[in-house]
Amino acid sequence: MSRIEQAFSKGKAFIAFLTGGDPSIADTERYILEMAAAGADLIEIGVPFSDPVAEGPVIEEANLRALKHNTNLDDLFELVKRVRTKIQIPLVFLTYLNPVFKRGYSKFFNDCAEYGVDGVIIPDMPMEERGEALPFARAAGVDIISLIAPTSKERARQIASEATGFIYIVSSMGTTGVRSSIDTDIQSIINEVRSVTNVPAAVGFGVNTPQQAAELAKIADGVIVGSAIVRLIAQHGSNADAYIKEYISDMSSAAKGL
Amino acid sequence: MNKGRFGEFGGQYIPETLMNELIKLEAEYKSAMEDAEFKAELAKLMNEYAGRPSLLYKAERLTRELGGAQIYLKREDLNHTGSHKINNCLGQALLAKSMGKTRLIAETGAGQHGVATATIAAYFGMECEIFMGEEDTQRQALNVYRMELLGARVHPVKTGTRTLKDAVNAALREWTSRVEDTHYLIGSVMGPHPFPLMVRDFQSIISQEAKEQILQETGELPQAVIACVGGGSNAMGMFYNFIDEKDVRLIGAEAAGRGIDTGEHAATITKGSIGVFHGMKSLFCQDEAGQIAPVYSISAGLDYPGIGPEHAYLHDIGRAEYYPITDEEAVCAFELLARTEGIICAIESAHAVAQAIKTVPQLDSSKSVIICLSGRGDKDAAMIAAYRGVKL
Repeated sequence: MSRIEQAFSKGKAFIAFLTGGDPSIADTERYILEMAAAGADLIEIGVPFSDPVAEGPVIEEANLRALKHNTNLDDLFELVKRVRTKIQIPLVFLTYLNPVFKRGYSKFFNDCAEYGVDGVIIPDMPMEERGEALPFARAAGVDIISLIAPTSKERARQIASEATGFIYIVSSMGTTGVRSSIDTDIQSIINEVRSVTNVPAAVGFGVNTPQQAAELAKIADGVIVGSAIVRLIAQHGSNADAYIKEYISDMSSAAKGL
Repeated sequence: MNKGRFGEFGGQYIPETLMNELIKLEAEYKSAMEDAEFKAELAKLMNEYAGRPSLLYKAERLTRELGGAQIYLKREDLNHTGSHKINNCLGQALLAKSMGKTRLIAETGAGQHGVATATIAAYFGMECEIFMGEEDTQRQALNVYRMELLGARVHPVKTGTRTLKDAVNAALREWTSRVEDTHYLIGSVMGPHPFPLMVRDFQSIISQEAKEQILQETGELPQAVIACVGGGSNAMGMFYNFIDEKDVRLIGAEAAGRGIDTGEHAATITKGSIGVFHGMKSLFCQDEAGQIAPVYSISAGLDYPGIGPEHAYLHDIGRAEYYPITDEEAVCAFELLARTEGIICAIESAHAVAQAIKTVPQLDSSKSVIICLSGRGDKDAAMIAAYRGVKL
């Protein structure tokens, strides 16, 4: 069983996101360990990119903060290597395709396997364009996480049937960021997914309150939270530890129905 | 390889949220291109609203000044709204209308594409929102006001370099949040498939007309056609019907800003490398880690870190040539054209004129060359004055 599969095998999974290198690599490293201790089952590390077009302002600004001191993939792989000596929860990169393409697919996915990155989410690589990267990911044993959007409709089944690791269900139209309500019919997307695969499905985009997490966890296998965590880091910089621990603990408990 | 490819370039590297819309758009475009009614309506708009065909004008004084090939100017600056941008806007707006869309959004650099989009939105009674880098709203304030006069809402984009690249980011984000009633009218031969193909087709009227006009005028094909390249839409339009004419050189002029070795330029072909950005695999100005580089040009319309995938391909196979033109060279060409021909062209188009100044003297004087004058320069006069230190 892969680390990602294990994360979903113990009930509902709570997935936490933060941007690598925001505000520093050392802070990210500490926050990852603290999030794991506070109840995160899987952690997504955002690879900063100059033009993160799928992100709302909160994560975009985090990207720019991390790029101010030139955070790059080498830094993040080294970070993962250090983290891996302490914890075994699955770690997933969220990255735009260009930094991956520029590094070279073979080197990138082999580095993932070597340093301990279990999966990769690439928001600007839809099903149609996966072909050029997928053989390298498979050879390295790294999952490319598939995304399903509210507009996917008849594409949802095909995306789900080819998915490995977990499926990222985009809850809402638009970019990442906190939303007061989520109007998409998540249940029917989940039904489509379940009709073709047992790969777990987690919902993200806009989730920020324990109530939302609890409700979504009733229908999905996991809940993903990003902007709300990144906002805490934006507010408190290198001193966000206590805030992050408390927030992750509340959200994780809500998602698990505790 | 997947569809929408020019060699290895192109593709659809776009969030899943937009994929179904792109698939619909492609199907709609294909059927429109086979629909006699659509084509007739487009031709009518092109002729009666945009004022096509545009003139092919023999620039005799410029020809004498430079010595060399006979220079012809393809006068896209004389189109309604003052540039070639209207060609693509008419085509895409008609498509959007037939898809039942009621709202157009677009990015703009110099404001020419924004103005053309706002114009056609007004004509069709559609809602219109334009995304423009904050820096560009300042250097092209007149165009902002024109768009507002036409009923569009202009959003100054305050992220990143606050120029064209960031305007595209903002428009893409907006489209992702509201796609049902909205068409993103991309202004150049860039972005995900089918945009590079579709925009090229709508702009190919430029070379379709120019080819007929030059044959009628001189009885033979030109030695070269020259156009400026930012994203590359007027250049693709100018090149397209000459691609199969192997004796016609296709020459693109890209923005070298303060010089290609200064780090302040937008010379994508000269200095860029292959990457994936804004929905396409193409050439981009970027660093070794794959971060998109800040670019610079005096011309807001050429101030873009990428280039359309078909240009990347034409360059790759050696069919088209691309050369960098600095701000200074472009401004000198702008002034020369005004003095010799009485034509004030867009600073973007002045890059093509500047390339002609270098190329034409080496060409056979019994043959012709066509420069695509993509737009008019009223919008640039104040900026050129500032560049020359003239107080208005």
